[in-house]
Amino acid sequence: MNTNQAISTKQLTLSYGDTTIINELDLEIPKGEITVFIGGNGCGKSTLLRSIARLLKPKSGAVLLDGEAIAKLSTKDVARKMAILPQSPSAPEGLTVLQLVKQGRYPYQTWLKQWTSEDEEKVNNALEATGLMKLKDRAVDSLSGGQRQRAWIAMTLAQDTDTILLDEPTTYLDMTHQIEILDLLFELNEKEQRTIVMVLHDLNLACRYAHNVVAIKDQKIYAQGKPEVVINCSLVKNVFEMECEVTVDPLFGTPLCIPYGKGRCILKQERLSRNG
Amino acid sequence: MRKYQNFRVFKEKVSFLVDRKALTVVILLLLVMAGVFIFSTGTGEMRISPINVVKVFFGGGSDMEQLVVQSFRLPRIIVSLMVGIGLAVAGGILQGIIRNPLASPDILGITGGASVAVVGFLAIFSDESNALTVSIQWLPVAAFAGATIIAFLVYFLSWKDGVSPIRLVLIGIGIYSLMKALTTLMMLLGPIYQASQANIWITGTVYGSNWSNVAILVPWILVLCVVAFILARNINIQELGDDIATGVGSNVQRYRFLLLMVSTALIGGSVAFAGGIGFVGLMAPHMARRLVGSSFGALLPASALIGGILVMIADLIGRTLFSPLEIPAGVFTASIGAPYFIYLLFKTRNG
Repeated sequence: MNTNQAISTKQLTLSYGDTTIINELDLEIPKGEITVFIGGNGCGKSTLLRSIARLLKPKSGAVLLDGEAIAKLSTKDVARKMAILPQSPSAPEGLTVLQLVKQGRYPYQTWLKQWTSEDEEKVNNALEATGLMKLKDRAVDSLSGGQRQRAWIAMTLAQDTDTILLDEPTTYLDMTHQIEILDLLFELNEKEQRTIVMVLHDLNLACRYAHNVVAIKDQKIYAQGKPEVVINCSLVKNVFEMECEVTVDPLFGTPLCIPYGKGRCILKQERLSRNG
Repeated sequence: MRKYQNFRVFKEKVSFLVDRKALTVVILLLLVMAGVFIFSTGTGEMRISPINVVKVFFGGGSDMEQLVVQSFRLPRIIVSLMVGIGLAVAGGILQGIIRNPLASPDILGITGGASVAVVGFLAIFSDESNALTVSIQWLPVAAFAGATIIAFLVYFLSWKDGVSPIRLVLIGIGIYSLMKALTTLMMLLGPIYQASQANIWITGTVYGSNWSNVAILVPWILVLCVVAFILARNINIQELGDDIATGVGSNVQRYRFLLLMVSTALIGGSVAFAGGIGFVGLMAPHMARRLVGSSFGALLPASALIGGILVMIADLIGRTLFSPLEIPAGVFTASIGAPYFIYLLFKTRNG
């Protein structure tokens, strides 16, 4: 087995009832990189992520984690290698940040062993990395959206896994906090070589942060690779059914997608519309 | 600022993070519980001073005091305490796995199942002159069986690739209504005398508790509470939702079943000896959450003590306020509980 793959899927078929979402998918996710799933609403990118995280049983096929089928591993073993942050999780009223983050240590605990020095160290590291040390005694439900999302990320960090999966970690956040969260994840990847797999809606942010994008369309992979290689007008047209111009981000040099359509145009030159 | 204390012994084979504030609250509640226990034991037709009550506990006091305390008061006070603990812990567990602070033993239809069983028992085993044809000792057995059967029924009807909290609540509420209807029907069809008997039971009372009740109830409730306490971290993780719980490696369905069984056994035991004392399972965990926060390691013991205190006080009021008339304890838990429930709904709506 190629050890450069953190996760791979073999002939993976996913469905809700009779509706097939993903069909016989073979996917390889490289170790130590940031991989982002992109695609239109309802294309199955979240479903795919959930099934990789064993939150959804595949209809057929398998998900392999470090070369081993996750269905055959004990769920606690999987939890020590891979963490998942689902979309918009909610914490019970009054639960403090520390109490939340501490629960990331679940796969290492037994009922008598709930707070070892190692647990303490990992939880403190997670709080440091997310900048929540000062807020650790605050109730999660009293935090701002961005802080709350950082608290959840801290919990997955405390799980101390090589791979972290996140389902739309920036949803409902304003632009400042979107960048803050993605910067945090980028740093975790840079400093600790953690493999990060996430679903993002914003194509431009995906291009900026991902080493590897996976575009999903019609139950399978439409394209996969470095954003600067795979993202172009025809991909956006086919995957998102949207006309656009792909240019280069003036700050980062990564692909920048500018959609056509209506809107105010204050340029002197001819209106930027394909038809007009 | 919250203060925590690391607790680590045996080369970290045993380690906990102790919330000091919660620990203090639990100790204070323990003292309040002891206070209420002693005060209640000393209060009634014959007043006994707290010091004498303690003396009686250790074999002192006059013969009369011994008789009153040991034969009449202690059994029902201990039963009140245990029933309060049982219902409160069960309510706490249910609120955790259903992820809703409004969940309670009543809402899942479990107490309703016990009511039907009791009314059915009184109807089936009575002869024409209203005398029971079997020993009244079987009544708790009927109640327990009713609660357990309904709990399983709710569980299996909710099953669809595992049991989700929302299905559990919806099926539970459905079954609860059905049980209510069945109870009313049976009471209407039966003779008036039974209806009033059954009504007292449904309201919930610890009147007539004896030492053999205590001998069954105490170990039952205490053992289950220890089991619940051991499972606390699994309730914590379920409160974060199924996805998170699965993600950190918890076997969600297995623990959900186990936790439901523990709460069913607690509810079954409680209603068997005290009937359908309402609102305790709703209120106690809620008050506890206010005092110690949302972590179940602290929440369960705090709820247990608050539940015990509530039922003891309810019974104390019930047997003294309108003396010599006995008012079922359930009347008083309901009279505190109903406004509290409305307050909760009001707060949730505006929150």
